[in-house]
Amino acid sequence: MASVSMTVNGKSVTGNVDPRTLLVQFLRENLRLTGTHVGCDTSQCGACVVHVDGRAVKSCTTLAVSCDGAHVTTIEGLANGTELHPMQAAFREHHGLQCGFCTPGMIMTAVDMVNRKGSNLDEHTIREELEGNICRCTGYHNIVKAVAAGAQAMASTGQKVAAE
Amino acid sequence: MYAFNYVSPKTVRQAASALAKAADDGKLLAGGQTLLPTMKQRLASPGVLIDLAKVDGLSGIELKGRSLVIGAMTKHADVATSEVVKQAIPGLAALAGEIGDPAVRNRGTIGGSIANNDPAADYPAAALALNATIVTNKRKIPADQFFTGLFETALEPGEIVVKVSFPIPSRAAYAKFRNPASRYAMVGVFVAKRGGDVRVTVTGAGASGVFRAPALEEALKKRFSPKSLEGVTVPATGLNGDIHASADYRAHLIVVMAKRAVAAAIAK
Repeated sequence: MASVSMTVNGKSVTGNVDPRTLLVQFLRENLRLTGTHVGCDTSQCGACVVHVDGRAVKSCTTLAVSCDGAHVTTIEGLANGTELHPMQAAFREHHGLQCGFCTPGMIMTAVDMVNRKGSNLDEHTIREELEGNICRCTGYHNIVKAVAAGAQAMASTGQKVAAE
Repeated sequence: MYAFNYVSPKTVRQAASALAKAADDGKLLAGGQTLLPTMKQRLASPGVLIDLAKVDGLSGIELKGRSLVIGAMTKHADVATSEVVKQAIPGLAALAGEIGDPAVRNRGTIGGSIANNDPAADYPAAALALNATIVTNKRKIPADQFFTGLFETALEPGEIVVKVSFPIPSRAAYAKFRNPASRYAMVGVFVAKRGGDVRVTVTGAGASGVFRAPALEEALKKRFSPKSLEGVTVPATGLNGDIHASADYRAHLIVVMAKRAVAAAIAK
């Protein structure tokens, strides 16, 4: 077993894990943060995207022990109490989901996209940047609209990642 | 994934000694974007995993004289967005920005890509075309001698890639034709011109991994233009043929992608 400490959504957490524990397993099974999903488990679908030290990563392809000392933000860390993060609100407003399975990863990827590329995202950029996130329901149309609107909303509220 | 012992050294020396101690049973973990999926599929099962994440001094990008030096643990995303790389070798920044997807680029590393030498990886094509020098904890290895075959390199047991030094070319670019499903290079061609010398390398197509294409190099040495490649052919022998593309198709595609790469290199 190996000891691992990290800050998740602003809270310090410590765990004693088998070294082969993936970050997504640690989040879901040790911390019971089940908003982060496991879709393909082969680093293709992006349902497991979280932010590690401010950068979007696939938590199914990252060891928990490798994140010792890191700051992790999950989908649960975005909202401010009961007030949704602007990107979450935009996904609701624009119906950017049907079954919702891919949504946590989509939103974490979208927030990372805005942090790196700014708030004025054209459709081409959004589609390119969503390369690592797969949705089996929507055909992406409303997701792309939601990301564009969420990006604008993030700029007007001056919000970057999360409350952390 | 099978169980392993995890080690997180702070220096290259500690990492090398952990690697030596583990003998055949140890593996280095860089960004893990290939190794971890491979371990999940149980195609690799190291007894000891030596994580390089906390090793000092392995990340960073700097100009040293007429060379661009990139630390082994530098992430693809950092190479892709670095102003230094964009100025010195824009084709290399563009290549890094086309590896995998944004989340993969946030963890995958240049050292990991080069040491793994996946036959469809992008960085080996750049290292070989740019005549890079791979600097390890023991020695400096010219790219021409580094990539020795499918997932094979000149690295010896206990040897760790520390940085990669790229001589700055006058023109260089990469053109990749992706498999529409896996998004890996079905054919990727890197062209680099430095003075009168031109090097053309191909990834994704060779049954033994990355290779140079002498016929294309000779044609481009006469005149560095896509037109110089009209009518030039690459033999299909030694190329991969599979459900995605036959060897003949790949041979044809190499010339097409080489033309696109030259056009991109001239446009920059």
